[in-house]
Amino acid sequence: MKIIVCIKQVPATTEAKIDPVTKRIIREGTQAVLNPFDLYAIEEAVSLKEQCGGEVIALSMGPENAKKALTEALSMGADEAILLSDRAFGGSDTWATGYALARAIETIGGADLIICGRQAIDGDTAQVGPVIASKLGIMQAANVMKTVSAEGGSFTFHRMNESGFDVVRLTAPALITVLKDINVPRIPTLRNARRARAAEIKVWKPDDIGADPAMIGLAASPTRVVKTQPQTSRNTDTFRIEGEPRDAAKTLAGELLRRKLF
Amino acid sequence: MKITDENDRKSYKDVWILAEINDGEIHSVTYELLGIANELAGASGCEVAAVCLSSHVTKEMTDSLIYGGADKVITVTDEKLAAFNDELECNILQRLVGKYKPEILLGAATNRGRALMPRLAGTLHAGLTADCTELSIDPDNGDLLQTRPAFGGNIMATIRSGEFRPQMATVRPKVMRALTPDNTRRGTVISESAEPSDSAGIKEIIETVKRSEATASLADAKIIVAGGRAMGGPEGFRLLEKLASLIGGAVGASRPAVDSGWIDYAHQIGQTGQTVQADLYISCGISGQIQHLVGMQSAGTIVAIDKDDTTPMMNLADVAVKGDLFEIIPLLIEELENMKKEG
Repeated sequence: MKIIVCIKQVPATTEAKIDPVTKRIIREGTQAVLNPFDLYAIEEAVSLKEQCGGEVIALSMGPENAKKALTEALSMGADEAILLSDRAFGGSDTWATGYALARAIETIGGADLIICGRQAIDGDTAQVGPVIASKLGIMQAANVMKTVSAEGGSFTFHRMNESGFDVVRLTAPALITVLKDINVPRIPTLRNARRARAAEIKVWKPDDIGADPAMIGLAASPTRVVKTQPQTSRNTDTFRIEGEPRDAAKTLAGELLRRKLF
Repeated sequence: MKITDENDRKSYKDVWILAEINDGEIHSVTYELLGIANELAGASGCEVAAVCLSSHVTKEMTDSLIYGGADKVITVTDEKLAAFNDELECNILQRLVGKYKPEILLGAATNRGRALMPRLAGTLHAGLTADCTELSIDPDNGDLLQTRPAFGGNIMATIRSGEFRPQMATVRPKVMRALTPDNTRRGTVISESAEPSDSAGIKEIIETVKRSEATASLADAKIIVAGGRAMGGPEGFRLLEKLASLIGGAVGASRPAVDSGWIDYAHQIGQTGQTVQADLYISCGISGQIQHLVGMQSAGTIVAIDKDDTTPMMNLADVAVKGDLFEIIPLLIEELENMKKEG
């Protein structure tokens, strides 16, 4: 089984800086980490490979230093890593990102299963996975919490819904986005981490994926950030309770009653 | 699709909302979408249409959508629409959008909306903004301005998709205001049907499994008792469950508690979990990282219990109790039980 796992390097959240001109997040110079949800995507890909045989290719788009995230995927057991990196990809929104990743997946020759994390913690859109699926015209399941079976080009998953989950069956090629419930990501062994650091990561430019120049980057992105402002924070006078636990509990219960909250 | 010229731009009109239907019931977020859609339609002088994809649509349902603010209801009834099928709904909507050319298309930022809308936007080459908390019409050019929290809620970003139509957004539940239902309102019902080609290459939905009520209802809960790392283990959450069941609440958790495996992800509140809008939020040993706060800070009243009274949560709270939660919570349960007995 051939599996492609799409991952993203994200800036550490608390260091958010916004470019005053493009209004987009400045990624250069901030501490970068692998998007936490993507650990589960990588783990699912690697453990499916271990069960069914095949290969795992990690794919990302971003600046040169996003190779770090791909190295992490390799250290967890991905066989190959590819980074889409070029100025022309800059300013891509979820549509343009999805287009580029879909082109790259086609260039790789497709896959039986494409796995993404549920969402990246910088943009929080959860949109790129479904956009990729639409560009490839393949089945999708978002918010997968369990792989029930994967054999013979057919996959059965549990997909979270508002009141529980659906049992869904998808035919390869298919794309899923995964939740944290799905597995426990492995800690890479020292040997694998060393091997990953030595591995070559391919860097692909728009030409390498046969991208239509009009479909990538800022120009192809339907959305534009027009304004950013700090979140207005909640401002309250806190009623503080301390002292003996019994008294504190009594005061709190009284306060809940007084505020008609109980 | 990218607009080619002014005539093309003008050919798109009306504000569409996707009705959120679960188990044949219209979810409350649908009426919130109708509420904001009416504001937007009022500002740009067009009509509001509710699109209803379901295995069965009754007159009661279409009336209720009209009373809630729809000028038109476009229905597609097909037994394959009983459970959410991304591919099928996307195929149907792609056809309907091509036929009617709505200027704005809003969906709920639910699991369904956030899977379906990006697939549709991908197909249409349209701009889509996720999880919006404010929407308005730019008075200068009539474009939709879409505001959403970004970067873990640290910033609010306003986004437009000026040159592309339809302008699409998913809207966070419990933020927009529904209209007061008005049963004198009249509207048209347009019946469309699914075509055989819509069902090409769609997944199979074998079964839908319900979870326990407590888990399912977190997003709708009026009262939430949430625990963090300080709960120390699954047993800590038993204590919170006891308090929650006494006061009719649901149990929530911060990310570290979920990551430690003490409670399921379905209970996680915050940036990478659920967003909740409770009347009362009791935070137990949650320090209040921004990623957690963005998921709960719109609560009516926040009560925080923690040993450390300098944490962000203790400063944000309306009522902050300093002390050991393993002492205070059992005593609070006792006090509340006594109050209940005394009526």
